[in-house]
Amino acid sequence: MAAPHAQSELALRVTVNGSDIEAVVAARTLLVHFVRDVVGLTGTNVGCDTSSCGACTLLLDGTSVKSCTVLAAQADGREVTTIEGLATDGILHPMQAAFQAHHGLQCGYCTPGMVMAAVSLASEHADLDAAGVRVGIEGNLCRCTGYQNIVAAIVAGAKATRERSNAVGEGATS
Amino acid sequence: MIPAPFSFVRADSTDEALDALVEYGEEAKLIAGGHSLLPLMKLRLATPSVLVDVNDIDGLADSWVDGDEIVVGGLARHCEIAGSSTILEHIPLLSAAASTVGDPQVRHRGTLAGSLAHGDPASDLPAAVLALGATIVARSERGSRTIAATDFFLGFLETALGPDEMITEVRFPSSAGAGWAFEKFNRRAQDWAIVGVAAVGGTRPGVALVNMAPTPLRATSVEAALLGGASSADAAQLADADTDPSSDRNASAGFRRHLARVLVRRALEDVAARAPSSD
Repeated sequence: MAAPHAQSELALRVTVNGSDIEAVVAARTLLVHFVRDVVGLTGTNVGCDTSSCGACTLLLDGTSVKSCTVLAAQADGREVTTIEGLATDGILHPMQAAFQAHHGLQCGYCTPGMVMAAVSLASEHADLDAAGVRVGIEGNLCRCTGYQNIVAAIVAGAKATRERSNAVGEGATS
Repeated sequence: MIPAPFSFVRADSTDEALDALVEYGEEAKLIAGGHSLLPLMKLRLATPSVLVDVNDIDGLADSWVDGDEIVVGGLARHCEIAGSSTILEHIPLLSAAASTVGDPQVRHRGTLAGSLAHGDPASDLPAAVLALGATIVARSERGSRTIAATDFFLGFLETALGPDEMITEVRFPSSAGAGWAFEKFNRRAQDWAIVGVAAVGGTRPGVALVNMAPTPLRATSVEAALLGGASSADAAQLADADTDPSSDRNASAGFRRHLARVLVRRALEDVAARAPSSD
């Protein structure tokens, strides 16, 4: 069998926040640069660039990843959700609303990554308490160290997200 | 930072990946989660000219029971290993080790085979694989071979894996019912272990150390002492025998030796506490 051909330039098709994006990029393009520079969505921040700080966290097929350490090529044919893709029809996602209500930010630089990590965390754990949140966001650093309100926001946001999905579920079956 | 230029190809099957390794030779590297390889590439410590992506190969992430062995696919991600009911039942030590790797985002991407092939002595999974007495299955176009975990780690970031080989699965003897422990000492959440210990009890006790030498390694003196009937406290005193820890900004070699003895004692106490009562 002939080996598949390796290419230095790749034609990618990535679904970003529900829209199909087609672009030709260098193979070495990181997903965070694809999202920011090719798609033009700058809500996803570059922080440490070493997969430590979590500022670049977004969802790849629904789970949180650090997009500074994923190749754009590895998102080919997959779904990417960024902070810009959470709100629907101008209404904030429950996790975003909780960050606003609890003032879960100071300078705001870590916030997009923190919210995306929290959305993924909430989807994986049915009952999130403060202790679970503190462990669950170990991959996201807030240099302002304003963790108290972040933790409170995620506990509330996880609960609100669950209630929303329960309500949608009941609506669908009634 | 971005990596130096390279070419990329996605393999849809193990055969395609192995073909690509032959086609592109020693300049090619397999990539799965990429959380070991991409950081090295950003720093230009690795400059492969071709990356062969194996993330889409079907079936390579599965885990199953095969007779008296548990088979874990090479592409199994840390989060899957941490949560797999099969693995939790039969090799809970592996689940515990996987659940401490990095952070949730890292665990969503990183894979068992990737962690082993990287061969970092500071990584958690190699020590668990050593303690559990696992066997690594490597495939190439030349065929398939098995490598005992104890023969796999040869030097710093150096393994027995050939440039044309790919880890397809890792086979573990079941340790269901035996006590186990994974101890990890670090200063900050998500950090690598300054020193770590993987331990499992049963008829063939296994103890292995993280970050106590240029390679992950078994604490064979501790294992021999346990087989000879030594107490946990006495066996743990041998934890730093035949180790070669480094001194760095996190810890001196002497402190690492101290940590190894303390952490092995704690691990062995946990192993005993988790073992089924003898009556």
